[in-house]
Amino acid sequence: MGIFGKNRIGAKPRELVSQTTLDNAFNRRTFVIGGAMGGIGMILATRMAYIAIAENERWVLESESNRVNLSLIPPRRGWILDRNGAPLASNRADFRVDVIPDRMNEPEQTLSVLADILDLPETTVADITKRIDDARGFQPVEVAVGLNYDQFAAISVRLPDLPGVVPQRGFSRFYPTGPSVGHLLGYVGPASAEEYEERPDPILITPGYKIGKDALEQQFEDDLQGDPGARRVEVTASGRIVRDLETREDVQGAPVRLTIDGPLQDYAARRIGLESGSCVVLDCETGDVLCMSSMPSFDPNSFSQGIGRVEYAMLRDDERVPLRNKVLKGLYPPGSTVKPMHCMAFLDAGVKPEEAIMCNGGRRIGNRFFNCWSNHGRVDMAKAIYQSCDSYFYHFAQQVGFEKVADWAHKMGLGEEFELPVTSQFYGTVPSPEWKLRRRESEWQPYDTVNSSIGQGYYLVNPLQLAVMSARLATGNKVVPRLRLTEDKPKFEHFAFSDAEIGYVRQAMSDVVNGPGTAGRARLPFDDIKMAGKTGTAQVVSLSISNGKTGPWKYRDHGLFVFFAPFDKPKYAGAVIIEHGGGSGSAYPIARDVMTYLFDPAKGMDALRALEEQWGGTAQQRLDSKYRAYAAEAGAAAPPVPTRDKDILEQVEAEARLAARSDAKLAESVNQRRETDEATSQVSRAPPSAQTPDRQATTGGDPAAADVAPDNSQ
Amino acid sequence: MSGIVPAPIARQPWQMLFPLFALIAFGALVLTSAAAGDFDTYAQSHLIRFAVFFTMAIVISRLSKPLVSFFTYPAYLVILLLLIAVEIVGQVGGGSQRWLEVGPIRIQPSELMKPAVAVALAHYYGSLPVGMVPNWRALMPAAGIILAPMAFVLLQPDLGTSLAIAFGGGVVMFLAGLPLRWFIFAGLGGVAAIPLAFFFALQPYQQDRVTTFLDPESDPLGEGYQITQSKIAIGSGGIFGKGFNEGSQSHLNYLPEPHTDFVFATMAEEWGFLGGLFVLGGFALILHWGLSVARAAPDRYTKLMAAGMTATIFFYVSINLLMVMGFAPVVGIPLPFISHGGSSMMTNMICIGVLMMINRWNRNAPRTGLIT
Repeated sequence: MGIFGKNRIGAKPRELVSQTTLDNAFNRRTFVIGGAMGGIGMILATRMAYIAIAENERWVLESESNRVNLSLIPPRRGWILDRNGAPLASNRADFRVDVIPDRMNEPEQTLSVLADILDLPETTVADITKRIDDARGFQPVEVAVGLNYDQFAAISVRLPDLPGVVPQRGFSRFYPTGPSVGHLLGYVGPASAEEYEERPDPILITPGYKIGKDALEQQFEDDLQGDPGARRVEVTASGRIVRDLETREDVQGAPVRLTIDGPLQDYAARRIGLESGSCVVLDCETGDVLCMSSMPSFDPNSFSQGIGRVEYAMLRDDERVPLRNKVLKGLYPPGSTVKPMHCMAFLDAGVKPEEAIMCNGGRRIGNRFFNCWSNHGRVDMAKAIYQSCDSYFYHFAQQVGFEKVADWAHKMGLGEEFELPVTSQFYGTVPSPEWKLRRRESEWQPYDTVNSSIGQGYYLVNPLQLAVMSARLATGNKVVPRLRLTEDKPKFEHFAFSDAEIGYVRQAMSDVVNGPGTAGRARLPFDDIKMAGKTGTAQVVSLSISNGKTGPWKYRDHGLFVFFAPFDKPKYAGAVIIEHGGGSGSAYPIARDVMTYLFDPAKGMDALRALEEQWGGTAQQRLDSKYRAYAAEAGAAAPPVPTRDKDILEQVEAEARLAARSDAKLAESVNQRRETDEATSQVSRAPPSAQTPDRQATTGGDPAAADVAPDNSQ
Repeated sequence: MSGIVPAPIARQPWQMLFPLFALIAFGALVLTSAAAGDFDTYAQSHLIRFAVFFTMAIVISRLSKPLVSFFTYPAYLVILLLLIAVEIVGQVGGGSQRWLEVGPIRIQPSELMKPAVAVALAHYYGSLPVGMVPNWRALMPAAGIILAPMAFVLLQPDLGTSLAIAFGGGVVMFLAGLPLRWFIFAGLGGVAAIPLAFFFALQPYQQDRVTTFLDPESDPLGEGYQITQSKIAIGSGGIFGKGFNEGSQSHLNYLPEPHTDFVFATMAEEWGFLGGLFVLGGFALILHWGLSVARAAPDRYTKLMAAGMTATIFFYVSINLLMVMGFAPVVGIPLPFISHGGSSMMTNMICIGVLMMINRWNRNAPRTGLIT
């Protein structure tokens, strides 16, 4: 080839170079050049064939993945409905902004732009910054929800300068009654990094997608979740959407219908008012839990939007533990509320109702004298209940043996865990010799029987158990509570009590309220409906520290009340426990008003309105103003609490039932009966004499003594 | 060539003009698509420029050999001075600049320099006594002709153009019959100098381009992004392409510079492998014609000049296509006759004009003797 020819020329002496050799060289070398050109042309053609034909599939795929952007649409969460179909938790369409840390170039700068547009307070910005720092980069972090259109538009316009910012139209969870359902329903929030690792579903890191974080929202997650929709759009390299290619609508999660009566739940929560406590109401016939209010509470609306540091600090620092669901996780000594149930145990053991003892201000058991809270004279079973005589229970518990009583306590629901869709429940303690040997490794002593016979000592129960006990006592059926509404009417096992026996205890409990009993003020304002109940007072500290009625809040006695109504044909049963209420006088007025509301919303509401005026607004309003005060004190700017009134779905509000019933009410003649409180001072008190050194039943109970279920929420 | 076609028309080098017109027209079509189906944005000016520069090429082709021969060095010097002027204006104006503005006309001397160097070298070796060709001393002026403009172009800095100048000059020298071992030594020296050049001569952004070229995945969002997107465009086109105006890569802005450097990818996405063969075929015909003009030339000067012109066009084509197919780093070199852009159109049409001129000389003075 030419190369060799040229080589020869180069290698040989220069004299040989002539015009001819140069021309030959030119021709050869042009041929080489031409060949090289052709070779490169062939390489290019081959390369192109390789890319375009052999690898075609791969590049087509890449081109499609360039062109088409698949974005998931978070599904609308299923509604949580009350028994009448009114929403306890629903969704509101709104504008929201999230950021995806991975895609942000300068997070601080971007955030300050957003804060400017959205007018975010400093503490919120600090919260978001922290969340961005904590989040894995791919996890979206919520900046704000509930934007107005102008803000949304302002952010959308500036998107090219704000990489990583995702404004969108979406749905956010809405709880119309706010704090009233906080503990019951829980709240929702974005999936955590751990949850995403466990189930690496891209929907979990889709901005705006939230999962249930507590209570029923968490329990019913699978039902409520729904199926995400998807939108295929054609996008430019800069992310601008050119056109929609295909949209698959999301499938909203299934609604979950609860046995809860929304308005009643709200009413009870509001009625608890400034106190810290809980109220449970059951339907005796079905076991439906009508209300499970625990106050003070948090606002699940603001929790679902991300819990602000100020709000969280406020709730955490509150000695009334607004973050704990007291219905399921509050354990209290039941006090005298267990006395009617103990009477049933005595009846079962063969004690006749007429059998009486003499209460001489106390009773000698073994070689010790145990005080009663008063001198009741001759006491039979009925008087023992309505006058809450301790001596009677000391005596017969000792006579029957406490194993039998403890057996009945379990049968009546105390110390039991119920099959409910809740994250956790504390089931407390029913003391018995066997239990004491096992847990305390010591022998059962007579004073243990004495203490336990009046619901003190190691006894610890939660409010739901008390309500169940009350329902079982009232009906003689083994009522099982349920939270999810089904059509079928459950059949309950009947206890082996005669109607006469049940009637006897019912009458005695009615006398507590309507007779010469300890809770005369609890009488319902109706002629034809009578409520039966039993008061209880649980001491939290030794009498040497506090008398239980006054002094520091922490040292005051718990007030308890179990009840059912109507007393002769029980339909509803329940329990109210007021922490450190200073005695049962704090509890039974609440039970009275709640039951009044259940039978006549107008009357119940009147009572509540007057009280709320004194307290400074509804539970929500008080929580909001408290937040403002706290925020101001904490040095942070106190933002106005967003008003939600325009969206409030009024059906679940306590006031709503009023409106619905007002027409029917007009037809009836209103029977206003003022009741005189005859038993205001007659408060059942636990005996001081049998003070056991290790009893330290504080708010949550002594965890060492109580068989608490593992708690995973706090 | 007789009959109905008039002689002046029949005389034209249609074996080159047909593929050229086809490429220009095809380019207009692709540019229409690159502007999302809008003819006015790129395609119109593309055709107008072609009309202007084709007229210029016709004018060039009418020039006589003595005239060209006479003005070769002066033209080279003027362009070199313009290059220096660009450097000075750039320094004064602050920042790098590649053109001079004279009224409405923007002149980019570095573009003119590509054919000018080839012509000047062809003239030098054409007039060099034959015996002097393998002489070291004779190499010096030739090296000066190449290196002086290269230095100024590198200062701008414009690596692509300076390589184009070197390539054009190198091909002319190769064909001029310089000893092959010089090229081998130069090649070895070049290979040895690559690391030095990489670390000391290249700007950081140019170093990035090279590293990215060697490993496109290392920077999928930066330089590698361009090559990857280009490959996606070419690869997704398949055999027949997605159809005119249907390319998503170009229309949705994934493809960088869809109307200039990456116009081939734009074309390939819509016209597929067949479109690619068409373009390659067009260039092959034009370049083949260029080389045949060179071979047919009667003397060393015109031979070398024609070969230099062909090499210049070839350099554009090959580097651009190698780049869009991922075989060369991203250097801003457009595809002749198809890319949108005045400078490259002008350079390439000058080359075409010169080739047409030599073709005319060949025809008028058939090679009768070997010695001029």
